[in-house]
Amino acid sequence: MKMITAIVKPFKLDDVREALSVLGVQGVTVSEVKGFGRQKGHTELYRGAEYIVDFLPKVKIEVAVSDEMVDGAVESITTASHTGKIGDGKIFITSIEQTIRIRTGETGAEAL
Amino acid sequence: MSPELIEVKYALDTFYFLICGALVMWMAAGFTMLEAGLVRAKSTTEILTKNIALYSISCVMYLVMGYAIMYGGSAGGYLPDVWFGNIISNSTAEEVLASNGDIYYSGASDFFFQVVFVATAMSIVSGAVAERMKLWSFLLFAVVLTGFIYPMQGMWKWGGGFLDAAGFQDFAGSGVVHLCGATAAIAGVILLGARKGKYTSDGKVNAIPGSNLPLAAIGMFILWMGWFGFNGGSELKVSDIGEANAVADIFVNTNAAAAGGLIAALIASQLLFGKADLTMAINGALAGLVSITAEPLAWTAGYATLIGAIGGTIVVFSVLFMDKIKIDDPVGAISVHGVVGIWGLLAVCLSANDSATLMGQLTGIVVIFAWTFVTSFIVWTIIKAVIGIRVTEQEEVDGIDASECGLAAYPEFVK
Repeated sequence: MKMITAIVKPFKLDDVREALSVLGVQGVTVSEVKGFGRQKGHTELYRGAEYIVDFLPKVKIEVAVSDEMVDGAVESITTASHTGKIGDGKIFITSIEQTIRIRTGETGAEAL
Repeated sequence: MSPELIEVKYALDTFYFLICGALVMWMAAGFTMLEAGLVRAKSTTEILTKNIALYSISCVMYLVMGYAIMYGGSAGGYLPDVWFGNIISNSTAEEVLASNGDIYYSGASDFFFQVVFVATAMSIVSGAVAERMKLWSFLLFAVVLTGFIYPMQGMWKWGGGFLDAAGFQDFAGSGVVHLCGATAAIAGVILLGARKGKYTSDGKVNAIPGSNLPLAAIGMFILWMGWFGFNGGSELKVSDIGEANAVADIFVNTNAAAAGGLIAALIASQLLFGKADLTMAINGALAGLVSITAEPLAWTAGYATLIGAIGGTIVVFSVLFMDKIKIDDPVGAISVHGVVGIWGLLAVCLSANDSATLMGQLTGIVVIFAWTFVTSFIVWTIIKAVIGIRVTEQEEVDGIDASECGLAAYPEFVK
């Protein structure tokens, strides 16, 4: 089991969700986050004074999948959220030690 | 005139006066929304409280003494004959008919129209000192400004005092209302200081963006609408062909000046900053309105547009200049109402109003500024010495809503 954490541009969220459900992913967790990468922030202008917005809004998508689904899910997310412009985001993959479905007590891949 | 005609004209002019007063009253909502939009979220409850309270204080103080000072007569032209008391009085039907139309509106309608002007002057102060002044210190100042400082200089012009005798022309109050309010604000801001973090020691200006620009935009439109009452009502009469034409001209010119001011400020900001700056455009519209307030009638609409456009251009440079000299005015009130108020008063000399002289206008500007600045500075100083005018640094960081009102305006909003 792997946890895929994808940081993507907010307006790409619907595309990513769509691609993941086509793939048969059962559930995702989404958070609105702010941050910066190599894109850095940008400057805005208020009453003649420039100021820097350091952290840009992004969406963080967390998906837990079985090992065999990882490559497909990563490809779906990459394709769906790709614009080719700076600031497209990143995907991190981490191992999951255990998963438990709270309602039934199932564990492991069964619980995904 | 037949008695029936006198009655109808009296009713119509009184009705017109009251409706215009109600429009001006609505400007309080405009200022409230504009200011709420241009401050940070953590200062919103306080600015709303301040605005609704200052309006109410203005109404009470003007009733208690302001109206008596301003319109109770002045034998010498400098000091009022009456200082206190309710002097509202309606003429009887017999008196109105006997006057053959010389008395053409109700005395109470005159009070109503005047009282909402005081509130406008006081609203100007509130935006400039936003986000760092103690609520009750501000309200204490409101008591003095609306009960004494404003009515005195108002009497000198509109109460038939020495400024009026000197030929000073100020139709609806670029000076008496707008310059007066802005001058009181400057005195307050000088003693109060800038918001924490607005200016760095190396002379840089930090932007402190407003929290709700849709509110600021609707505030502008409410003010714009209310201004038809402000200038249109100041004609005082609508019930014959000549007056009706004049009122229509004033509406057209007032609207034209606001439009000219907005466009000019929008273009100026685009040329200066490379972006169309919304809050500068808002200030530009209001500057256009202030520009035309001293003389909304004696122009063609084309000239009115131009006068407003010059005001809208001035305000952009004035806002930048105020920041340069570290006068922190979150909403631009000092520039819009003070700097452009002076422009409006001087512009009267360019109009078809032959009574206006440069000397007369300068006299009015100097007297209103000097009187309001000195008295306001003294009052602010006394308040500062006795109870203080500024919240603590920690309270300012946490937000003045928490320290003054104990309530967040947007409780579910996490910054």
